[in-house]
Amino acid sequence: MPTFVRTEKCDGCKGQDKTACMYICPHDLMKLDMDGSDTGHAMKAYNQEPEQCWECYSCVKICPQNAIECRHYADVVPLGGSVQPLRGTDSIMWTIKFRNGTMKRFKFPIRTTAEGSIDPYAGKPEADMSKIEENRFFCTNNGYREGDPSELINL
Amino acid sequence: MAGEFGNPVVVEETVDILMIGGGMANCGAAFEIMQWAKGTDLKIKLVDKAAMDRSGAVAQGLSAINTYIGDEQDPADYARMVSNDLMGITRDDLAYDLGRHVDESVHLFEEWGLPIWKTDENGERFDGSKGMTPLQDGGKPVRSGKWQIMINGESYKWIVAEAAKKSLGIENIEERIFIVKLINDKNDPSRIAGAVGFSTRENKIVVYTAKAILLAAGGCVNIFRPRSVGEGTGRAWYPVWNAGSTYSMAAEAGAELTLMENRFVPTRFKDGYGPVGAWFLLFKAKATNAFGEVYMDKNKEMLNDYPPYGQAAVPASCLRNHLMLKEMKDGNGPIYMDTVTALANLRETLSPREVKHLEAEAWEDFLDMCVGQCGIWVGENIEPEKKNSELMPTEPYLLGSHSGCCGIWTSGPTDVGAPTEETEAGVPDHLPSGWNWGYRGMTTVNGLFTAGDGVGASGHKFSSGSHAEGRMCAKSMVKYCLDNDHTPELDTSVDELVDAIYQPVKTFLEFKDYTTAIDVNPNYITPKMLQFRLQKIMDEYVAGVATYYTTNAEMLKVAGEKLDMLKEDAMKMRAKDLHELLRAWENYHRILTAEAHMKHIEFRQESRYPGFYYRADKNFVDEENWHCFVNSIYDKETGKWTCFKRAHVDLVDKSKLFK
Repeated sequence: MPTFVRTEKCDGCKGQDKTACMYICPHDLMKLDMDGSDTGHAMKAYNQEPEQCWECYSCVKICPQNAIECRHYADVVPLGGSVQPLRGTDSIMWTIKFRNGTMKRFKFPIRTTAEGSIDPYAGKPEADMSKIEENRFFCTNNGYREGDPSELINL
Repeated sequence: MAGEFGNPVVVEETVDILMIGGGMANCGAAFEIMQWAKGTDLKIKLVDKAAMDRSGAVAQGLSAINTYIGDEQDPADYARMVSNDLMGITRDDLAYDLGRHVDESVHLFEEWGLPIWKTDENGERFDGSKGMTPLQDGGKPVRSGKWQIMINGESYKWIVAEAAKKSLGIENIEERIFIVKLINDKNDPSRIAGAVGFSTRENKIVVYTAKAILLAAGGCVNIFRPRSVGEGTGRAWYPVWNAGSTYSMAAEAGAELTLMENRFVPTRFKDGYGPVGAWFLLFKAKATNAFGEVYMDKNKEMLNDYPPYGQAAVPASCLRNHLMLKEMKDGNGPIYMDTVTALANLRETLSPREVKHLEAEAWEDFLDMCVGQCGIWVGENIEPEKKNSELMPTEPYLLGSHSGCCGIWTSGPTDVGAPTEETEAGVPDHLPSGWNWGYRGMTTVNGLFTAGDGVGASGHKFSSGSHAEGRMCAKSMVKYCLDNDHTPELDTSVDELVDAIYQPVKTFLEFKDYTTAIDVNPNYITPKMLQFRLQKIMDEYVAGVATYYTTNAEMLKVAGEKLDMLKEDAMKMRAKDLHELLRAWENYHRILTAEAHMKHIEFRQESRYPGFYYRADKNFVDEENWHCFVNSIYDKETGKWTCFKRAHVDLVDKSKLFK
């Protein structure tokens, strides 16, 4: 299901040199057509290599204009269905339309903390350099599973 | 100073520790390393060819964490499971070490905000947003199998990357940098000295000098012709951007590889490659042939051909494929996941509210990690309670973190009874003899570390284990840098490196006007066509789907000849823009990885992984002669591989699996 960009919705992320979809695509597929020479649509983004699209939806989820959707792989899937998310800060809503018109909607949580709120070392101990060659990580007693020594048959 | 396409700007930078890749492993390393490096003055940098928020194998999200030991199982149980699933040849030291550390990372994920499903005291399931007791305080996860726990994981990578970026500091991270070569030390070829790559956003080449490098750039996808060859090519099961960079760059630097003959051929929902774990283990669905027969029951006698690995409570993954392929070859396909019966059975005991929740769970399983499978379902009008879905074994993948174990030979822990000597003859003299040679996570090249898909002979680490493994490397790299006071010096001049990296650009600019259409030109080959050629060779001769995963010595010989010429032609790849330069180098990495795979299969005179591949001329498991590791080194000057055996030793008692 390669992603495609709706011409009328994409604003090229308002003329910045890099769009949100270009920023996020893990496979470097999204491209801003600066002068329209690639697509005929200047200052709009497009998927430059649709047959390499993993359908990971990273671009769909991040687009501030909701301009990106997916059309299922044409060499595999009958036309007419769609699977479209709306990703918020703590949950994601999915609208699912079948080829035969059946609709389903789902909402799932995506995180329990505010985006940007992680303070990774808050409340954690300092690393004890005398233990750098020992087992366990610097934040100790957080799930280390000491095995039964009798299980190690060569000791 | 901006570079031009034909004349890039060159930026040289010296750091102490360079981390290559921004996936789970290096996110773990990024979190762990800054606490140990505090007050040391070590300069640390991470580069990622994509954006860390959505890079690596967890980019799309996941619906489960597949490795969580919990307080009821022993790390030894985990090491046993890993061993049996991979037909008895894994490093117990690595698996055991991972098993005792991995939950520390899972508990952090929950602390950072990853919603983890829980069960209440009545056994009812709840999603991870309900504020129930965290795992580390005794909260009960929802197990989908012995080792897996269910999550609401759409933002799994986003969350883990946020913690990594905050820990490391955004000033120490550069995205859209693709590293393509490692560089050894001028004064000591057994030591790493740096890495070189380019920006995919501007005309810039980067040359890093480093004392220690953590190479964790994923597994390898798309070396075999995929089952879908149009737009659907992108719907690989493992991420399509994993190009074998980890294995190929390590091999060129002289690192010893292990079990590169191993591959993973996952059985997944057909075409969308949606996950099957929750369907089998949580919803209790059965896989059947076209006539409703459960092939795991019908063909169970076939498991007795492969003692003892077929006789464990859960037979090895490859053997489950083996029983399925029998039905396909006998003409009893399609193979189905019987979702209709499974959901009907569950509905019998559930309230209407719970039934609604169950439907949402089934869809979330795909939506969290494989939206493409939902695309198949909506296009084909499949509602799982009304219509069964087809299953299919995929094209082969090379990886070290899932149900596969190819990768790099890595130094293990010293306290679990691992061998300190090598008993097989034929290991090249310069390589270490035991399973630990100093720093945990280091390869056989001094200063070069790896984690996640990079570590061979220890599969089933998955997302959480890769994170934990990165953290182990973080500690060791700090120690390595504190112990080693040398100044690394690159063995190749910057000019030579620049020429090599931008060769595909120069080739394009030199010849592009020779023909009227730029894609057909006798002076160069496009990265896309080169990839097609690689996939055709591997599919037809090295046990791809075209031959039902079957090869033999003669076919491998032909593959070798064709790969030799492909390697030569790789020097003539063109790049018409930076995007194509990225593809050119990814495909260069793919070729070397594919060649390693082929050479290892050729060397191992048996079929160790029936259901993943068959040597028709050696179609048996030979425990007497081949219960051993096959390892190799590559000589980048001559382009030749040397394969050799290393002895396998059990560190935990495997017979417990069969009682």
